[in-house]
Amino acid sequence: MKIVEVPDTLDYRSVDRLLASVEAVEEDRALLDARHLRWIDPVGMIGLLGAGRVLRDRSGTPPRLQPPESSVVSGYLTRMGFFEAAAEILETPPIRRRGGGDSDVLLELTSIAENHDVHAVVDRVQERAGAILSRTLRYPPSAVIQFAVILSEVCQNILEHADAPGWVAAQSYNWSRRLGRHVLILAVGDLGRGFRGSLASRHSSRFGDRWSDATALEAAFIHGLTRFPDQGRGQGIQQMRKQVRRWDGVISVRSGTARIADVPEWEDLPPLETNLPPLPGAQITILLPERLPEEGR
Amino acid sequence: MTGKGEGDRTLRGGEGSGNGEEARGAEPADPGSQDSSPQLDAFAVDLRDVLDRNVASLYSHLVTRPTGRAVRLAIESQLKELGLPALSLVDLSSVAILDYSCADEVVAKLLLARRSPSAPHREVFFVFHGLREHHREPILEVLDRHRLAAVTRGHEAGRDFELLGTVAEEEARAWTRLQALRRVPALKIQDAFPDPSERRTLDGLVQRGLIFRHPSRGDLHALSSLL
Repeated sequence: MKIVEVPDTLDYRSVDRLLASVEAVEEDRALLDARHLRWIDPVGMIGLLGAGRVLRDRSGTPPRLQPPESSVVSGYLTRMGFFEAAAEILETPPIRRRGGGDSDVLLELTSIAENHDVHAVVDRVQERAGAILSRTLRYPPSAVIQFAVILSEVCQNILEHADAPGWVAAQSYNWSRRLGRHVLILAVGDLGRGFRGSLASRHSSRFGDRWSDATALEAAFIHGLTRFPDQGRGQGIQQMRKQVRRWDGVISVRSGTARIADVPEWEDLPPLETNLPPLPGAQITILLPERLPEEGR
Repeated sequence: MTGKGEGDRTLRGGEGSGNGEEARGAEPADPGSQDSSPQLDAFAVDLRDVLDRNVASLYSHLVTRPTGRAVRLAIESQLKELGLPALSLVDLSSVAILDYSCADEVVAKLLLARRSPSAPHREVFFVFHGLREHHREPILEVLDRHRLAAVTRGHEAGRDFELLGTVAEEEARAWTRLQALRRVPALKIQDAFPDPSERRTLDGLVQRGLIFRHPSRGDLHALSSLL
């Protein structure tokens, strides 16, 4: 059995390390060793599920997950619904399921497989997002609706382009040391055909030899191209970018071996990265920072 | 399905509250003459109602493209039963969340269908009313993307009718002028719009479904005057 070490911090910055480790595993059954996991965010959770599915598909057997030794991290994963979401992908030890009580979680890991799931997610977040957006992030009351629209569009991206189910999750964190502010993290991921696969039949020829994961991401992210001939398509990402920019947030799309991002001053992610470890499907990450008092928008 | 308007009814232009000015140099057109009023089948559509009845009663928001498509198809199937020309009043006041995909499917595609010569509702005129602040951006975006425009009215009391979307300056001027006049009898159009280019602009607005021309008399009506 091949052991894949899960980084002790698994977030939107370190998830590529996990993918690189997974790439090295061939057809052996794998063990995802998360014993030393100390910090995980929604991007990390979806990345871990994605890594598990890649390993499962490669070996034909669900990889075993060695859960975190930290009861805090395990408890958080439980509250986020990670173990339920992982049930068909990873072999996990018996874990106490989430209770039905109140939770500080904004949006648990939720599978998106059909139109109805998007409605359910929008409904659920509507109930919970108000307090986080207005009190924690100090956004105006109208932000709840704008956030729900972003959520709807980002989840539809899975249904419309991936041809495979995916997941969504969101949570807010206090990045007191790193940024001195709260940040909401919204992550959506799928293991579908990715942006390159989705756009290839319609747009690859115009790029010729330059066609790649990066050019596919540029085509969708910068130019709003989609695989559909309908002129009304492709707005989702453009509108998300516009709204995230207004909130001074980050939006990044990772697919295949590339990542593209709109990055505000407070974050140092590069706007375009290539030659990353391959990620089947796509991941969209949105970071929304707490509004500073002087921003007064 | 019938909306708040409970199906078809005939509305007569020129019978509004009349707070607009009349066409310059003219008395109100043919006062008392019912013949001067266009016979329009009118259909009021409460989008929440359509959503509940045709998509799923569990859905409370106009989000996702399949939902928008189902809502539009439900509206279109109702429009097929109307006599033409017709006026459809699409009510968004009870829609809490409208995303871009749904706005594209419902608002843009209803208007786009007017462009097709074979469209069954080519002669249907639309007024989107009950717009809340958060509806405006998705609707504006999809209208601009398709270079469309729509007659709208805000949800708040006292909000005026407004032209949203891609509109040239001269179109906006002509539309606003007719909106103020509400109705201009055919014989008075030249007085009210003496510049030939203005009148050509009005022809364009009729083509775009943003104002109405009486099919036999040629009178021009702001869509708001028909409600």
